[in-house]
Amino acid sequence: MEVGQMQRRLVDYTKTLFMEGFLDAQFLQLQQLQDESNPDFVVEVVSLFFDDSEKLLNDLSMALDQPNVDFKKVDAHVHQLKGSSSSIGAQRVKNACIAFRNFCEEQNIDATLRCLQQVKHEYYLVKNKLETLLRLEQQIVAAGGSIPTIEMGF
Amino acid sequence: MVMAGESQFHVLAVDDSIIDRKIIQTLLKTLSYQVTTVDSGAKALEFLGLHQDDTTNPNTPSPPNNHQEVEVNLVITDYCMPGMTGYDLLKKIKESSLRNMPVVIMSSENVPSRITRCLEEGAEEFFLKPVRLSDLSKLRPLMLKTKLKDQNQKQEEKAAFQSPKLQQVEQKQQPSNDDKGKAIDEGLSPEKKN
Repeated sequence: MEVGQMQRRLVDYTKTLFMEGFLDAQFLQLQQLQDESNPDFVVEVVSLFFDDSEKLLNDLSMALDQPNVDFKKVDAHVHQLKGSSSSIGAQRVKNACIAFRNFCEEQNIDATLRCLQQVKHEYYLVKNKLETLLRLEQQIVAAGGSIPTIEMGF
Repeated sequence: MVMAGESQFHVLAVDDSIIDRKIIQTLLKTLSYQVTTVDSGAKALEFLGLHQDDTTNPNTPSPPNNHQEVEVNLVITDYCMPGMTGYDLLKKIKESSLRNMPVVIMSSENVPSRITRCLEEGAEEFFLKPVRLSDLSKLRPLMLKTKLKDQNQKQEEKAAFQSPKLQQVEQKQQPSNDDKGKAIDEGLSPEKKN
């Protein structure tokens, strides 16, 4: 596949992710910060997000598995995950966290367990999408092309 | 753009989230600032050369930055942090010898009472997360203002703490002897009396 085709495929894929709500404008902000002096910025931030999120999801699973659930602790973890997903533009994960926090406040064990499943689901979806997106970018760069900037007017 | 002879502005960013530290560092570097990031209020105070005791002595005289190895021109901190919150850090800075240091708060939550509290305690700005480049472009005038204030203050203090010999010369030249000069003169060189 030649570079132009790869670039078009990337643009279309990215636009889909926005339209389906997986990513929001904050992700674009991060892409705009990437340049020659900082060529791996997006990969680095996304990697940090993956590591951080997986640790938080583990902590959440453990916290909700206790005989006496400490909802304050659970809420603190969700707050952190909400923050980091918001910072990278992972909109659906962020929204799932917001719902999760509401149920933490109610100290509703069944609902919070369901929320955890929902957050995990959204996280793994966006992880998959981001990995695909970053792979496409990598292929373009390897072929000597540049990563096209996405205009928000779509 | 950095002018010849002018040093860069140095921002200290405080956030317990490694992702947010990475992002704020990149945003600030894009604006050509020197950046140091720390993950807690305690580490921020340490970096600023402030110890817990300094903050209980509001009468410590400025010159500002006299404890620091590196000069910090602005502190930007997350509000919600375990241990010391951004608000606690703001308070400690404002009660210390670095009370003129501009402090900016960031928060992921839009709580009006929180915002008011921070501004009343002396925060220059309050940014909602995720913070954008356009927010951070508001920092330059804050740092410039403080730098000018510091320079003027340094001039005044230089005049007040001049060496006795210099005082002698000045006194011979200027018949009027202001109180400050007199006090120092009497304290430092008793045999000098004209």
